[in-house]
Amino acid sequence: MSAGLTASDLSCRRDERDLFAGLSFSVRPGQVLLLEGGNGCGKTTLLRILCGLRAPDGGSLSWDGAPAPNSDYLAQMAYVGHADGSKKELTALENLRFAQALAAPGAYTLEQALARVQLAGFDDNPVQTLSAGQKRRLSLARLLVCAKRLWILDEPFTALDRRGVALIESLIVAHVAQGGLAVLTSHQDINLPQVDLQRIFLDQCH
Amino acid sequence: MSLSQAFFAIVVRDLLLAFRRRAEAANPLLFFVLAVTLFPLAVGAQPHLLQAIAPGVIWVAALLAALLSLESLFRSDFEDGSLEQLLLCPHALPVLILGKISAHWLVTGAPLLVVAPLLALFLGLPQQAMATLWLSLLLGTPLLSLIGAIGVALTVGLRRGGMILSLLVLPLYVPVLIFASSAVDRAAGGLPAAAQLDVLAAMLFFGVVLAPLPAAAALRMSVN
Repeated sequence: MSAGLTASDLSCRRDERDLFAGLSFSVRPGQVLLLEGGNGCGKTTLLRILCGLRAPDGGSLSWDGAPAPNSDYLAQMAYVGHADGSKKELTALENLRFAQALAAPGAYTLEQALARVQLAGFDDNPVQTLSAGQKRRLSLARLLVCAKRLWILDEPFTALDRRGVALIESLIVAHVAQGGLAVLTSHQDINLPQVDLQRIFLDQCH
Repeated sequence: MSLSQAFFAIVVRDLLLAFRRRAEAANPLLFFVLAVTLFPLAVGAQPHLLQAIAPGVIWVAALLAALLSLESLFRSDFEDGSLEQLLLCPHALPVLILGKISAHWLVTGAPLLVVAPLLALFLGLPQQAMATLWLSLLLGTPLLSLIGAIGVALTVGLRRGGMILSLLVLPLYVPVLIFASSAVDRAAGGLPAAAQLDVLAAMLFFGVVLAPLPAAAALRMSVN
Protein backbone atom coordinates (compact mmCIF):
# COMPACT_ATOMS: atom_id res chain seq x y z
CA MET A 1 0.00 0.00 0.00
CA SER A 2 1.39 3.37 -0.98
CA ALA A 3 0.58 6.41 1.11
CA GLY A 4 -0.46 9.56 -0.68
CA LEU A 5 -2.11 10.30 -3.97
CA THR A 6 -1.37 8.25 -7.05
CA ALA A 7 -2.66 8.95 -10.55
CA SER A 8 -2.18 6.38 -13.24
CA ASP A 9 -2.67 6.91 -16.94
CA LEU A 10 -5.09 9.84 -16.54
CA SER A 11 -6.53 11.27 -19.70
CA CYS A 12 -9.04 13.95 -20.44
CA ARG A 13 -10.76 14.97 -23.66
CA ARG A 14 -12.58 18.21 -24.08
CA ASP A 15 -14.39 19.36 -27.20
CA GLU A 16 -12.85 16.56 -29.32
CA ARG A 17 -9.37 17.57 -28.17
CA ASP A 18 -7.01 15.68 -25.90
CA LEU A 19 -6.10 17.94 -23.01
CA PHE A 20 -3.73 15.34 -21.66
CA ALA A 21 -3.32 11.59 -21.94
CA GLY A 22 -1.30 8.92 -20.20
CA LEU A 23 -0.53 11.17 -17.26
CA SER A 24 0.88 9.28 -14.28
CA PHE A 25 2.35 10.66 -11.09
CA SER A 26 2.31 10.15 -7.37
CA VAL A 27 2.51 12.58 -4.49
CA ARG A 28 3.78 11.24 -1.17
CA PRO A 29 3.31 12.78 2.27
CA GLY A 30 5.68 15.72 2.60
CA GLN A 31 5.72 16.41 -1.14
CA VAL A 32 4.39 19.29 -3.20
CA LEU A 33 3.30 18.84 -6.81
CA LEU A 34 3.39 21.95 -8.97
CA LEU A 35 1.47 21.86 -12.25
CA GLU A 36 2.75 24.18 -14.90
CA GLY A 37 1.67 25.02 -18.42
CA GLY A 38 0.15 27.79 -20.46
CA ASN A 39 -3.46 28.94 -20.41
CA GLY A 40 -5.94 26.33 -21.57
CA CYS A 41 -3.61 23.40 -21.00
CA GLY A 42 -5.97 21.67 -18.62
CA LYS A 43 -4.39 22.52 -15.28
CA THR A 44 -7.70 23.44 -13.69
CA THR A 45 -9.39 20.47 -15.35
CA LEU A 46 -6.73 18.17 -13.92
CA LEU A 47 -7.23 19.63 -10.44
CA ARG A 48 -10.99 19.17 -10.75
CA ILE A 49 -10.40 15.55 -11.71
CA LEU A 50 -8.06 15.12 -8.74
CA CYS A 51 -10.69 16.39 -6.31
CA GLY A 52 -13.47 14.35 -7.89
CA LEU A 53 -15.61 17.16 -9.31
CA ARG A 54 -15.03 15.73 -12.77
CA ALA A 55 -14.54 12.13 -13.85
CA PRO A 56 -11.42 11.43 -15.93
CA ASP A 57 -11.99 10.08 -19.45
CA GLY A 58 -9.41 7.39 -18.76
CA GLY A 59 -7.11 6.21 -16.01
CA SER A 60 -7.62 6.11 -12.27
CA LEU A 61 -6.76 7.74 -8.99
CA SER A 62 -5.89 6.16 -5.70
CA TRP A 63 -5.48 7.55 -2.22
CA ASP A 64 -3.51 5.58 0.39
CA GLY A 65 -3.86 2.55 -1.85
CA ALA A 66 -7.65 2.65 -2.19
CA PRO A 67 -9.46 3.87 -5.32
CA ALA A 68 -10.31 7.57 -5.01
CA PRO A 69 -12.38 9.62 -4.62
CA ASN A 70 -14.01 7.81 -1.72
CA SER A 71 -15.41 9.38 1.45
CA ASP A 72 -12.12 8.84 3.29
CA TYR A 73 -10.35 10.81 0.54
CA LEU A 74 -12.95 13.59 0.59
CA ALA A 75 -12.59 13.87 4.36
CA GLN A 76 -8.86 14.50 4.00
CA MET A 77 -8.82 16.67 0.87
CA ALA A 78 -9.35 20.41 0.68
CA TYR A 79 -9.87 22.29 -2.58
CA VAL A 80 -9.50 26.01 -3.15
CA GLY A 81 -10.57 26.84 -6.67
CA HIS A 82 -11.00 29.99 -8.76
CA ALA A 83 -14.28 30.79 -7.01
CA ASP A 84 -13.74 31.67 -3.39
CA GLY A 85 -16.54 29.53 -2.01
CA SER A 86 -17.46 32.17 0.56
CA LYS A 87 -20.92 33.72 0.88
CA LYS A 88 -20.65 37.45 0.36
CA GLU A 89 -23.47 38.33 2.77
CA LEU A 90 -21.89 36.43 5.66
CA THR A 91 -19.00 37.69 7.75
CA ALA A 92 -15.50 36.24 7.52
CA LEU A 93 -16.01 34.44 10.82
CA GLU A 94 -19.39 32.98 9.81
CA ASN A 95 -17.93 31.66 6.58
CA LEU A 96 -15.08 29.94 8.39
CA ARG A 97 -17.42 28.53 11.02
CA PHE A 98 -19.55 26.98 8.28
CA ALA A 99 -16.50 25.50 6.54
CA GLN A 100 -15.43 23.96 9.82
CA ALA A 101 -18.89 22.51 10.44
CA LEU A 102 -18.58 20.45 7.25
CA ALA A 103 -15.16 19.01 8.15
CA ALA A 104 -13.08 17.91 11.13
CA PRO A 105 -11.68 20.87 13.08
CA GLY A 106 -8.05 21.62 12.27
CA ALA A 107 -5.08 22.83 14.28
CA TYR A 108 -6.19 26.47 14.26
CA THR A 109 -9.22 28.03 15.93
CA LEU A 110 -11.28 30.41 13.79
CA GLU A 111 -9.69 33.52 15.32
CA GLN A 112 -6.17 32.09 15.08
CA ALA A 113 -6.69 31.25 11.41
CA LEU A 114 -7.91 34.76 10.61
CA ALA A 115 -4.92 36.21 12.46
CA ARG A 116 -2.58 33.85 10.59
CA VAL A 117 -3.77 35.09 7.18
CA GLN A 118 -3.63 38.68 8.47
CA LEU A 119 -7.38 39.20 8.55
CA ALA A 120 -7.59 39.80 12.29
CA GLY A 121 -9.99 42.66 12.88
CA PHE A 122 -12.07 41.75 9.83
CA ASP A 123 -13.97 38.96 11.64
CA ASP A 124 -17.30 40.77 11.57
CA ASN A 125 -17.00 42.32 8.12
CA PRO A 126 -19.32 40.89 5.48
CA VAL A 127 -17.20 39.24 2.81
CA GLN A 128 -18.58 41.60 0.15
CA THR A 129 -16.73 44.47 1.84
CA LEU A 130 -13.37 42.68 1.60
CA SER A 131 -10.93 43.23 -1.26
CA ALA A 132 -10.14 40.49 -3.80
CA GLY A 133 -6.87 39.67 -2.03
CA GLN A 134 -8.59 39.52 1.34
CA LYS A 135 -11.23 37.16 -0.05
CA ARG A 136 -8.42 34.96 -1.31
CA ARG A 137 -6.83 34.96 2.13
CA LEU A 138 -10.15 34.03 3.66
CA SER A 139 -10.58 31.04 1.36
CA LEU A 140 -7.04 29.93 2.23
CA ALA A 141 -7.82 30.36 5.95
CA ARG A 142 -10.38 27.60 5.39
CA LEU A 143 -7.43 25.20 4.97
CA LEU A 144 -6.25 26.00 8.48
CA VAL A 145 -9.51 25.51 10.37
CA CYS A 146 -10.17 22.10 8.81
CA ALA A 147 -7.99 19.06 9.38
CA LYS A 148 -7.05 18.10 5.82
CA ARG A 149 -3.94 16.23 4.68
CA LEU A 150 -4.12 17.02 0.97
CA TRP A 151 -4.44 20.60 -0.24
CA ILE A 152 -5.45 21.11 -3.86
CA LEU A 153 -4.94 24.76 -4.73
CA ASP A 154 -5.85 26.32 -8.07
CA GLU A 155 -3.77 29.48 -8.58
CA PRO A 156 -3.61 30.25 -4.85
CA PHE A 157 -1.52 33.38 -5.40
CA THR A 158 -3.96 35.27 -7.64
CA ALA A 159 -4.82 38.72 -6.28
CA LEU A 160 -2.36 38.40 -3.39
CA ASP A 161 0.28 41.03 -2.66
CA ARG A 162 3.92 40.09 -2.11
CA ARG A 163 3.45 39.55 1.61
CA GLY A 164 0.40 37.46 0.91
CA VAL A 165 2.35 35.23 -1.46
CA ALA A 166 5.12 34.77 1.12
CA LEU A 167 2.50 33.99 3.74
CA ILE A 168 0.84 31.26 1.65
CA GLU A 169 4.24 29.81 0.78
CA SER A 170 5.09 29.58 4.48
CA LEU A 171 1.72 27.91 5.15
CA ILE A 172 2.44 25.32 2.45
CA VAL A 173 5.95 24.69 3.83
CA ALA A 174 4.56 24.22 7.35
CA HIS A 175 1.82 21.92 6.01
CA VAL A 176 4.17 19.56 4.18
CA ALA A 177 6.65 19.63 7.08
CA GLN A 178 3.90 17.99 9.13
CA GLY A 179 3.45 15.25 6.56
CA GLY A 180 0.82 17.02 4.49
CA LEU A 181 0.55 16.94 0.69
CA ALA A 182 -0.14 19.77 -1.69
CA VAL A 183 -0.98 19.98 -5.38
CA LEU A 184 -1.04 23.45 -6.87
CA THR A 185 -0.93 25.41 -10.08
CA SER A 186 0.75 28.75 -10.40
CA HIS A 187 1.94 31.12 -13.09
CA GLN A 188 4.34 32.80 -10.70
CA ASP A 189 7.73 31.60 -9.57
CA ILE A 190 7.21 30.06 -6.22
CA ASN A 191 9.72 29.87 -3.47
CA LEU A 192 9.35 26.79 -1.28
CA PRO A 193 12.63 26.22 0.57
CA GLN A 194 13.49 22.71 1.78
CA VAL A 195 10.44 21.19 0.19
CA ASP A 196 10.37 18.08 -1.95
CA LEU A 197 8.93 19.77 -5.03
CA GLN A 198 7.77 17.86 -8.08
CA ARG A 199 6.96 19.68 -11.30
CA ILE A 200 4.74 18.52 -14.14
CA PHE A 201 4.53 20.44 -17.39
CA LEU A 202 1.24 20.09 -19.18
CA ASP A 203 2.60 21.09 -22.53
CA GLN A 204 0.77 18.87 -24.98
CA CYS A 205 -1.65 21.64 -25.72
CA HIS A 206 -1.80 23.06 -29.19
CA MET B 1 -18.20 16.59 12.39
CA SER B 2 -21.23 14.38 12.18
CA LEU B 3 -23.79 14.34 9.42
CA SER B 4 -26.52 15.84 11.60
CA GLN B 5 -24.25 18.72 12.60
CA ALA B 6 -23.47 19.37 8.94
CA PHE B 7 -27.21 19.24 8.13
CA PHE B 8 -28.07 21.81 10.80
CA ALA B 9 -25.08 23.97 9.87
CA ILE B 10 -26.48 24.19 6.33
CA VAL B 11 -30.01 25.01 7.52
CA VAL B 12 -28.72 27.70 9.90
CA ARG B 13 -26.42 29.20 7.26
CA ASP B 14 -29.19 29.38 4.65
CA LEU B 15 -31.63 30.94 7.12
CA LEU B 16 -29.00 33.51 8.08
CA LEU B 17 -28.38 34.22 4.39
CA ALA B 18 -32.11 34.67 3.79
CA PHE B 19 -32.22 37.06 6.73
CA ARG B 20 -29.36 39.10 5.27
CA ARG B 21 -31.15 39.16 1.89
CA ARG B 22 -34.53 40.00 3.44
CA ALA B 23 -35.86 41.95 0.47
CA GLU B 24 -35.15 39.14 -1.96
CA ALA B 25 -36.40 36.46 0.42
CA ALA B 26 -39.72 38.26 0.96
CA ASN B 27 -40.43 38.32 -2.79
CA PRO B 28 -42.40 35.05 -3.04
CA LEU B 29 -44.59 36.00 -0.08
CA LEU B 30 -45.26 39.43 -1.54
CA PHE B 31 -46.11 37.87 -4.90
CA PHE B 32 -48.50 35.43 -3.23
CA VAL B 33 -50.35 38.18 -1.36
CA LEU B 34 -50.50 40.47 -4.40
CA ALA B 35 -51.69 37.77 -6.80
CA VAL B 36 -54.51 36.68 -4.50
CA THR B 37 -55.64 40.21 -3.63
CA LEU B 38 -55.85 41.20 -7.29
CA PHE B 39 -58.52 38.58 -8.02
CA PRO B 40 -61.42 40.31 -6.22
CA LEU B 41 -60.49 43.54 -8.02
CA ALA B 42 -60.49 41.88 -11.41
CA VAL B 43 -63.49 39.60 -10.93
CA GLY B 44 -65.62 42.25 -9.27
CA ALA B 45 -68.02 42.11 -6.34
CA GLN B 46 -69.29 38.59 -6.87
CA PRO B 47 -68.98 36.86 -3.49
CA HIS B 48 -70.26 33.48 -4.72
CA LEU B 49 -67.85 33.36 -7.63
CA LEU B 50 -64.90 34.36 -5.41
CA GLN B 51 -65.88 31.78 -2.84
CA ALA B 52 -66.02 29.12 -5.54
CA ILE B 53 -62.62 29.93 -7.03
CA ALA B 54 -60.84 30.64 -3.71
CA PRO B 55 -59.14 27.21 -3.36
CA GLY B 56 -57.86 27.32 -6.91
CA VAL B 57 -56.69 30.92 -6.70
CA ILE B 58 -54.79 30.36 -3.47
CA TRP B 59 -53.16 27.20 -4.70
CA VAL B 60 -52.17 28.56 -8.12
CA ALA B 61 -50.67 31.63 -6.42
CA ALA B 62 -48.75 29.43 -3.97
CA LEU B 63 -47.44 27.31 -6.81
CA LEU B 64 -46.27 30.29 -8.86
CA ALA B 65 -44.71 31.88 -5.76
CA ALA B 66 -42.73 28.67 -5.20
CA LEU B 67 -41.66 28.64 -8.86
CA LEU B 68 -40.50 32.24 -8.54
CA SER B 69 -38.26 31.40 -5.60
CA LEU B 70 -36.77 28.16 -6.92
CA GLU B 71 -33.78 29.63 -8.71
CA SER B 72 -32.41 31.01 -5.43
CA LEU B 73 -32.04 27.46 -4.11
CA PHE B 74 -28.70 26.71 -5.77
CA ARG B 75 -27.94 29.67 -8.07
CA SER B 76 -25.81 31.80 -5.73
CA ASP B 77 -24.02 28.73 -4.34
CA PHE B 78 -23.20 27.70 -7.89
CA GLU B 79 -21.84 31.11 -8.77
CA ASP B 80 -19.64 31.72 -5.74
CA GLY B 81 -18.16 28.23 -5.53
CA SER B 82 -19.94 27.18 -2.32
CA LEU B 83 -21.65 24.41 -4.26
CA GLU B 84 -18.29 22.84 -5.18
CA GLN B 85 -17.31 22.90 -1.53
CA LEU B 86 -20.60 21.23 -0.64
CA LEU B 87 -20.05 18.49 -3.24
CA LEU B 88 -16.56 17.84 -1.85
CA CYS B 89 -17.93 17.33 1.62
CA PRO B 90 -17.39 13.74 2.82
CA HIS B 91 -20.99 13.49 4.06
CA ALA B 92 -23.91 12.02 2.10
CA LEU B 93 -24.80 14.72 -0.42
CA PRO B 94 -28.57 13.98 -0.57
CA VAL B 95 -28.86 14.67 3.17
CA LEU B 96 -27.00 17.98 2.82
CA ILE B 97 -29.29 18.92 -0.06
CA LEU B 98 -32.30 18.04 2.06
CA GLY B 99 -30.89 20.60 4.52
CA LYS B 100 -30.85 23.24 1.79
CA ILE B 101 -34.39 22.32 0.71
CA SER B 102 -35.62 22.52 4.31
CA ALA B 103 -34.18 26.02 4.70
CA HIS B 104 -35.71 27.01 1.36
CA TRP B 105 -39.14 25.83 2.52
CA LEU B 106 -38.81 27.61 5.87
CA VAL B 107 -38.08 30.84 4.01
CA THR B 108 -40.49 30.61 1.06
CA GLY B 109 -43.17 28.03 1.95
CA ALA B 110 -43.75 28.40 5.67
CA PRO B 111 -44.72 32.12 5.54
CA LEU B 112 -47.54 31.19 3.14
CA LEU B 113 -49.04 29.07 5.92
CA VAL B 114 -49.35 32.18 8.05
CA VAL B 115 -50.97 34.49 5.50
CA ALA B 116 -53.07 31.96 3.54
CA PRO B 117 -55.90 31.73 6.13
CA LEU B 118 -56.20 35.53 6.11
CA LEU B 119 -56.38 35.63 2.33
CA ALA B 120 -58.87 32.75 2.32
CA LEU B 121 -61.08 34.69 4.69
CA PHE B 122 -60.76 37.67 2.39
CA LEU B 123 -62.00 35.61 -0.56
CA GLY B 124 -64.85 34.26 1.55
CA LEU B 125 -63.77 30.63 1.83
CA PRO B 126 -66.16 28.90 4.26
CA GLN B 127 -64.92 28.37 7.81
CA GLN B 128 -65.14 24.59 7.58
CA ALA B 129 -62.52 24.55 4.79
CA MET B 130 -59.89 26.56 6.67
CA ALA B 131 -58.29 23.60 8.44
CA THR B 132 -58.13 21.64 5.18
CA LEU B 133 -56.60 24.59 3.31
CA TRP B 134 -53.96 24.95 5.99
CA LEU B 135 -53.21 21.21 6.02
CA SER B 136 -53.04 21.07 2.23
CA LEU B 137 -50.49 23.92 2.25
CA LEU B 138 -48.54 22.29 5.08
CA LEU B 139 -48.26 19.06 3.07
CA GLY B 140 -48.06 20.61 -0.39
CA THR B 141 -45.61 23.50 -0.16
CA PRO B 142 -42.66 21.36 1.03
CA LEU B 143 -43.38 19.13 -1.99
CA LEU B 144 -43.05 22.17 -4.25
CA SER B 145 -39.58 22.84 -2.81
CA LEU B 146 -38.56 19.18 -3.07
CA ILE B 147 -39.70 18.71 -6.68
CA GLY B 148 -38.32 22.10 -7.64
CA ALA B 149 -34.89 21.21 -6.23
CA ILE B 150 -34.52 18.51 -8.89
CA GLY B 151 -35.35 20.99 -11.65
CA VAL B 152 -32.98 23.67 -10.32
CA ALA B 153 -30.20 21.14 -9.86
CA LEU B 154 -30.58 20.14 -13.51
CA THR B 155 -30.63 23.67 -14.89
CA VAL B 156 -28.26 25.54 -12.56
CA GLY B 157 -25.34 25.01 -14.93
CA LEU B 158 -27.18 26.64 -17.84
CA ARG B 159 -26.77 30.35 -18.33
CA ARG B 160 -30.43 30.98 -19.07
CA GLY B 161 -32.15 28.07 -17.41
CA GLY B 162 -35.24 29.92 -16.19
CA MET B 163 -37.54 28.95 -19.07
CA ILE B 164 -36.42 25.32 -19.09
CA LEU B 165 -36.82 25.19 -15.33
CA SER B 166 -40.49 26.21 -15.56
CA LEU B 167 -41.14 23.71 -18.35
CA LEU B 168 -39.44 20.94 -16.39
CA VAL B 169 -41.05 21.58 -13.06
CA LEU B 170 -44.60 22.69 -13.87
CA PRO B 171 -45.83 19.29 -15.13
CA LEU B 172 -44.49 17.72 -11.93
CA TYR B 173 -46.34 20.32 -9.87
CA VAL B 174 -49.69 19.52 -11.50
CA PRO B 175 -50.55 16.47 -9.32
CA VAL B 176 -49.86 18.51 -6.16
CA LEU B 177 -52.11 21.29 -7.49
CA ILE B 178 -54.92 18.89 -8.40
CA PHE B 179 -55.02 17.00 -5.12
CA ALA B 180 -54.52 20.07 -2.93
CA SER B 181 -57.11 22.31 -4.54
CA SER B 182 -59.61 19.48 -4.82
CA ALA B 183 -59.16 18.78 -1.09
CA VAL B 184 -59.98 22.40 -0.23
CA ASP B 185 -62.84 22.44 -2.74
CA ARG B 186 -64.44 19.37 -1.19
CA ALA B 187 -64.01 20.71 2.33
CA ALA B 188 -65.66 23.97 1.28
CA GLY B 189 -68.61 21.97 -0.01
CA GLY B 190 -68.86 20.09 3.28
CA LEU B 191 -67.50 16.83 1.89
CA PRO B 192 -64.71 14.75 3.45
CA ALA B 193 -61.25 15.53 2.01
CA ALA B 194 -59.20 12.92 3.88
CA ALA B 195 -58.42 10.93 0.73
CA GLN B 196 -56.85 13.91 -1.07
CA LEU B 197 -54.87 14.90 2.02
CA ASP B 198 -53.67 11.31 2.45
CA VAL B 199 -52.41 11.29 -1.14
CA LEU B 200 -50.61 14.58 -0.52
CA ALA B 201 -49.04 13.18 2.66
CA ALA B 202 -47.91 10.07 0.79
CA MET B 203 -46.40 12.22 -1.97
CA LEU B 204 -44.61 14.31 0.66
CA PHE B 205 -43.06 11.27 2.33
CA PHE B 206 -41.97 9.92 -1.04
CA GLY B 207 -40.57 13.33 -1.92
CA VAL B 208 -38.55 13.70 1.29
CA VAL B 209 -36.97 10.30 0.77
CA LEU B 210 -36.54 10.28 -3.00
CA ALA B 211 -36.21 13.84 -4.32
CA PRO B 212 -32.77 14.62 -2.80
CA LEU B 213 -31.23 11.64 -4.65
CA PRO B 214 -31.79 12.83 -8.25
CA ALA B 215 -31.10 16.41 -7.10
CA ALA B 216 -27.68 15.32 -5.80
CA ALA B 217 -26.91 13.43 -9.02
CA ALA B 218 -28.02 16.39 -11.13
CA LEU B 219 -25.85 18.81 -9.13
CA ARG B 220 -22.81 16.63 -9.69
CA MET B 221 -23.58 16.72 -13.41
CA SER B 222 -24.14 20.49 -13.44
CA VAL B 223 -20.81 21.18 -11.72
CA ASN B 224 -18.89 18.81 -14.01
